[in-house]
Amino acid sequence: MSPIHYVALSAFLFVVGGVGVLVRRNAIVMFMCIELMLNACNLAFVAFARLHGNLDGQVIAFFVMVVAAAEVVVGLAILMAIYRARRSASVDDANLLKY
Amino acid sequence: MTHVLAAGTNTDVVARETLYWILAILSASAALAMILVRRAVHCAMMLAVVMLCLATMYAMEGAPFLAFVQIIVYTGAVLMLFLFVIMLIGISSADSIVETIKGQRWASLLVSAGLFVILTFGIGHAAIGPGPKPNAANGTDNLTELARLIFTTYVFPFEVTGALLITAAVGAMVLAHRERISPKPTQRDLAARRLASGQLAPDPAPGVYALHDAADRPALLPDGSTSEISVSATLSPRDPNEVPTTVRPEIGTEPVTAASGEREAIPGRTDS
Amino acid sequence: MTTLHTVAATGALKLSWLLLAFPLFGAAVLLLGGRRTDRWGHLLGVAMPLASFVYGVIAFFALLGDTDRSQDQHLYTFLQVGRLTVPAGIQIDQLSISFVLLITGVGSLIHIYSVGYMEHDSDRRRFFGYMNLFIAAMLLLVVSDNYLGLYVGWEGVGLASYLLIGFWQFKNSAAVAAKKAFVVNRVGDAGLTLAIFLMFSEFGTVSFTGVFGSVRAGGSGVATALGLLLLLGACGKSAQVPLQSWLLDAMEGPTPVSALIHAATMVTAGVYLLVRSNPILALAPDARLVVTIVGAVTLLWGAIIGCAKDDIKKALAGSTMSQIGYMHLGAGLGPAGYVFAIAHLLAHGFFKAGLFLGAGSVMHGMNDEVNMRRYGGLARVMPVTYVTFGLGYLAIIGIPPFSGFFTKDGIIEAAWDKGGTSGAILAACAILGAGITAFYMSRVMLMTWYGKRRWESDEPDAVAAGDHEAAATEHHQEFHPHESPNVMTWPMILLAVGSVAAGAFLVIGQRFEKFLGPVTGVPPTAHGLFTVPGVIALVLALAGVGLAWAMYGRVPVLAVAPRGRPLTVAARKDLYGDAFNESVLMRPGQWLTRLSVYFDNRGVDGLVNTLAAAVGGTSGRLRRLQTGFVRSYALSMFFGAAVLVVLLLVVRL
Repeated sequence: MSPIHYVALSAFLFVVGGVGVLVRRNAIVMFMCIELMLNACNLAFVAFARLHGNLDGQVIAFFVMVVAAAEVVVGLAILMAIYRARRSASVDDANLLKY
Repeated sequence: MTHVLAAGTNTDVVARETLYWILAILSASAALAMILVRRAVHCAMMLAVVMLCLATMYAMEGAPFLAFVQIIVYTGAVLMLFLFVIMLIGISSADSIVETIKGQRWASLLVSAGLFVILTFGIGHAAIGPGPKPNAANGTDNLTELARLIFTTYVFPFEVTGALLITAAVGAMVLAHRERISPKPTQRDLAARRLASGQLAPDPAPGVYALHDAADRPALLPDGSTSEISVSATLSPRDPNEVPTTVRPEIGTEPVTAASGEREAIPGRTDS
Repeated sequence: MTTLHTVAATGALKLSWLLLAFPLFGAAVLLLGGRRTDRWGHLLGVAMPLASFVYGVIAFFALLGDTDRSQDQHLYTFLQVGRLTVPAGIQIDQLSISFVLLITGVGSLIHIYSVGYMEHDSDRRRFFGYMNLFIAAMLLLVVSDNYLGLYVGWEGVGLASYLLIGFWQFKNSAAVAAKKAFVVNRVGDAGLTLAIFLMFSEFGTVSFTGVFGSVRAGGSGVATALGLLLLLGACGKSAQVPLQSWLLDAMEGPTPVSALIHAATMVTAGVYLLVRSNPILALAPDARLVVTIVGAVTLLWGAIIGCAKDDIKKALAGSTMSQIGYMHLGAGLGPAGYVFAIAHLLAHGFFKAGLFLGAGSVMHGMNDEVNMRRYGGLARVMPVTYVTFGLGYLAIIGIPPFSGFFTKDGIIEAAWDKGGTSGAILAACAILGAGITAFYMSRVMLMTWYGKRRWESDEPDAVAAGDHEAAATEHHQEFHPHESPNVMTWPMILLAVGSVAAGAFLVIGQRFEKFLGPVTGVPPTAHGLFTVPGVIALVLALAGVGLAWAMYGRVPVLAVAPRGRPLTVAARKDLYGDAFNESVLMRPGQWLTRLSVYFDNRGVDGLVNTLAAAVGGTSGRLRRLQTGFVRSYALSMFFGAAVLVVLLLVVRL
């Protein structure tokens, strides 16, 4: 399969994840959509690694996974703290910075 | 694992193509479903499907290590973490369909469609190449090669991500920590509370239809009659319809200690 | 042609800066010292002009003893900018020393007089401070060796005039008069400023020697322009038509101020300017013609106004305007008239100052009453004042052998000698002016010193019975006129000596001609003492006296001014000078101001406010982007990322 197929799929997943971030109000679901976007990027990296014939893309994908894991840990901890304080997991409720 | 990397025969190519298309459609629909379902748990399930499809694709693309890491770490750990958090705070929260911000849906769709087109055609235009090159046939396999890269060329990012992970773990502990603002209730405090509330035993577990839970009360059969064999022979069965009305007054007012026989003050209770 | 050959100062003239230093020092001490100097302030104020006068006399005799009669003392370089170098120097020559003696001499006498006149005024020290400031500025005007230094002195006397006219600040009329004087003077100053600019642009220098040396190269066009601009300046300072409206209002100031500034010195600065610039005027016959016309018109204007004024100071002010018109007439006649113009200026300084001091003495005795219809029969009550005033009166109307006869005659003769139509008209104006002068001055004399004592109460019984209240009602104020103290009478006596002798001393034997000739040029034809135009003028003067006697001597003077014929009414209103200024200049100026304010409010402010409102409105709309929702921010970030991708790809492809 030519890389373009994988890139197209990656782009599609990325975009779907982007729409999910923008449209969903539940904070956890938003987070999961972000994870979807990261996964899409990983797919693209792996495809490019295959294209170039070396493993740099895979290494980068590996690091992306590591960082994503760390990010999920901290992000969910923050979410829990906010939920405890405000009793709501909806992202729209944190709108104090409005004009 | 090297057989996965083999390129070449027609059947392999056809197999790869079919596999690709199946996986692509599956993951695409799972992603769409993910953003359309209402309950958060369903969302997580869909994400799991996508991740597994991607893992398979990594395997197809000659990244077996990454495939397994994806399954074990990403799907197995990160997604489970998501599920735990959903359990803690979001199990019953369902998003309403109504969009509160005007034009958000249309704008998102527009921008996303545009971005999709640009990415596909832009990157695809640049990435048009002859096809997958065969990997360097130097005898080392994928894992060894990855390890070599990580620990030589990319050792610095490796160390930094190590520090990042530690920081993330500590940070999560700090964030999730609950500061105790009142002293931890001792067992005595808990018992006293229970007594004071009047409900001494916990509620029956879900699915239990019994009205009373004393040992000398017979159990009820499905048709409503009592079952005599449910009470121990040493006890005399009580009328199942009897409802105790009074509690003997001396219960709870005269606890006797083993040593002195004097009354001991109960914290929280005044002397009668 | 004049030959102005200036050399560096030698001997006593090297200390000529003392002339300016003394009064400046006095002014500084008195004005900066404040109330601490109140007790001895007036003594210092008198001493400084006297010191300058002493030096002036020394310098005069030093000059007489020297063959080089034009000596320049360079003090320092006042300013040096680009091509322009202006020195600060003092030039002592015949013209400037004459003025110095006049200013310091008459000035010192008036200062001594003021000690008595202002005795009951708590601000006497400030008065002397301002007077010293004036003396310093006027001296700077006449001894400076370049036009810029002259201009500094010019502005200084304008300032001092403003301060002194408005000396009694609590009087609204005085403040308004001071402002009017300053503003009208400013119009004239614009002319002098433009003249200095023109001099610099044409000749590259503003010093006298430089300008007079190069004026020939400039051509008659430049010279005419300069002459007219200088005339404009002179009109402002000397209260000539069309800038004459301020002089009569300036009588709001104390009488010594009127005597010194608005009779003897400041108003003569314009004549000094024109005479000093005679090399320029020599090349501009058209400008000179305009000068003579201005002089002739003004001398008649002032005379007519003076005929109808019941206020003694305003009558004398009209007289001043008229006499300075004579001087301008003389100055416009060229070398034929310069000498007589300056001679008349010096004589006028004596007798006009004397007349004003006499008027002040009368006012001092009559509780500051200025209306001559309340005077009458004061000759027996104030004999010394009466005699000095009378001598001044005889001098001004031109009765030989008193001063005015010789000097005024010189001017009339010079006009006659000009020849042609212009000469005849000018001479006729001058002669007619002499007649009117005699009329109104005799009117003043008769109303003030002779006749029934109109100031005495009509109810002598009530006064005798001690009923002072009934006697001292609004119309029957109690007057106790008395002679002034010695400190006031001795200056008047000394000035009377000048009134009597100055004219004869200067003119007979061409003494002044020979003295001043090298600076201004001598009259081409010598006059005798009694010439045809002079005799005609004398006869007309006597006719004027007679007419005045018929109207005011034989017939009792009315206590209230009658309605009068149209000419009288016009004269009482300063020949509608104020009305003209108001309607032609003031009202359009006010409209223009209001228009500008309107445009400023609507246009300029509107522009700025619109800009501010636009910014505010835009920001009000823009801030709605801040919804507070994370998802809208995420959308904009997403959109930004998409744009970035597009840009990257566009660059690459």
